[in-house]
Amino acid sequence: MTGFSPGTFAPAPGRGRLSRMLITQARTEFVLTLRNGEQVLLTLLIPLGILLGFTLLNVVPVPSPRVDNITPRVLALAVMSTAFTGQAIALGFDRRYGVLKRLAATALPRWSLVAGRMLAVLGVVVVQLLVLGSVAAGLGWHPQPAGLPSAVLLILAGTAAFGALGVLLGGALRAEVVLAVANMVWLFLVVAGGIALSVHALPRPLSTIAAALPSGALAEGLHTALVHGVAPWGALGVLLAWAAVAGLLAARTLRLS
Amino acid sequence: MTLPAPLAAVEVRGLVRSFGTVRAVDGLDLRVPPATVLALLGPNGAGKTTTVEVCEGFLRPDAGVVRVLGLDPIADSAALRPRVGVMPQGGGAYPGVRAAEMLSLVAVCAARPLDVGWLLDVLGLTGVARVPYKRLSGGQQQRLALACALVGRPEVVFLDEPTAGMDPQARRLVWEIISRLRADGVSVLFTTHLMEEAEALADQVVIIDHGRVVAQGSPAELTSDGTQRQLRFAARAGLDLGALCTALPTGCRASEPRPGGYLVEGVIDPQVVATVTAWCAQQGVFAEDLRVSRRSLEDVFLELTGRELRP
Repeated sequence: MTGFSPGTFAPAPGRGRLSRMLITQARTEFVLTLRNGEQVLLTLLIPLGILLGFTLLNVVPVPSPRVDNITPRVLALAVMSTAFTGQAIALGFDRRYGVLKRLAATALPRWSLVAGRMLAVLGVVVVQLLVLGSVAAGLGWHPQPAGLPSAVLLILAGTAAFGALGVLLGGALRAEVVLAVANMVWLFLVVAGGIALSVHALPRPLSTIAAALPSGALAEGLHTALVHGVAPWGALGVLLAWAAVAGLLAARTLRLS
Repeated sequence: MTLPAPLAAVEVRGLVRSFGTVRAVDGLDLRVPPATVLALLGPNGAGKTTTVEVCEGFLRPDAGVVRVLGLDPIADSAALRPRVGVMPQGGGAYPGVRAAEMLSLVAVCAARPLDVGWLLDVLGLTGVARVPYKRLSGGQQQRLALACALVGRPEVVFLDEPTAGMDPQARRLVWEIISRLRADGVSVLFTTHLMEEAEALADQVVIIDHGRVVAQGSPAELTSDGTQRQLRFAARAGLDLGALCTALPTGCRASEPRPGGYLVEGVIDPQVVATVTAWCAQQGVFAEDLRVSRRSLEDVFLELTGRELRP
């Protein structure tokens, strides 16, 4: 027997510092994502493989310089994979494992359950940009400097839109259903949502739809900004609208378990 | 004029909570005075977890009043949560998180947390501090969940089946911790279906079934209802019980159901025990294995909730 001395558990309650709570939660979730093999495959290895493969192998006709045209689409794919697919699946299983209830029982405010996740997602997106950007630069990528600020805004808005959609999906359904739906939607958006092929290359009704999807908006917006150096305000508007609508819906549907 | 009663740590009055057409909790009352331990005992599906989750603010009551430290668990959630420690049923942690990381995260949420390293050590988790949660054994996951409930130095602790899946050593440790919590002024509400646990730890046992209280009181009150009890002892076979029967109060009978095994039935109070030992002394025999048996909490529980299996 241990023999606890009197006063060991004497109450001394109190709330921790908000900034520390939020940062610790975000850091924990960030580290967990990078430690999870499937998440790394989804968020880094697949985009990296596509970037290298499509730049170096001349299997698909891509306007020259190839790397300049491929990189914006790969960045859009990376943001979508992390903020939507990866985060929805993680949220689904975290709910299954009682994480949200566990955290909701601490002094952590309710809004930070989601805010902490978004910060973690943003951290992963930064890692993706650094890795993919460096590899692209090594392949000779020359983004238009004039388009860089709006590209950053687009990536933030895209993270918000896909993040909100990820919470909407991962916060309401059973973990296995989330897993299946998140992967299906990912595949659909890659193929027909304006990521793999330009919105303009898609057949008529689909091209209109794809341009209004967050995937199409982010991919086309990044292409416009980084290839042509023009600020894509329309795409930014589409992403912010998705973020607002999905965010409002998700706030109503998020379940702790 | 009477002084107002001290504010209860937990006060539940007329609690009703349904899920669809099922009334999980149906007009439940309970009160945990400060620095006491209450065991909520009941078969599966009796409404234990629902009751606890309402107290924790996870479920909204359909009717009734719930106050924890005088506060409403939902409306005053932000003020209340730092003061309450929660161990949800089945724990709660990221599947891939290491034990120490999880406890550190919960510790950061408190102003003056217990030392994380010390707490892991006390709960026997130091060796698995870097093991991901999903690879911990059930008992280890439970101990981590208990650590998370205690690390913020709360005033009230809710433990939902704290010893489920634990080996006997770990269970003893949890018992010791609960006793220490009470001695240190923490109020504890825990659920269990182990009678032994409720009997050993609780100041007050509340037995519920179908969402209602079917009995409550201290373990001693619940198990001694003042009716027939038994006193047994062993001695040389064939003693003459005539003098003993005369000496015993009316209503008590003495017999020797098997050679050398003696039985006194009736209301066994200290006077009866003294009479029996005095009689043994007169006979020049030594009463061995003398014990008074009373109903166990398990007997009470089964009488109240029936013996059929629950789904």
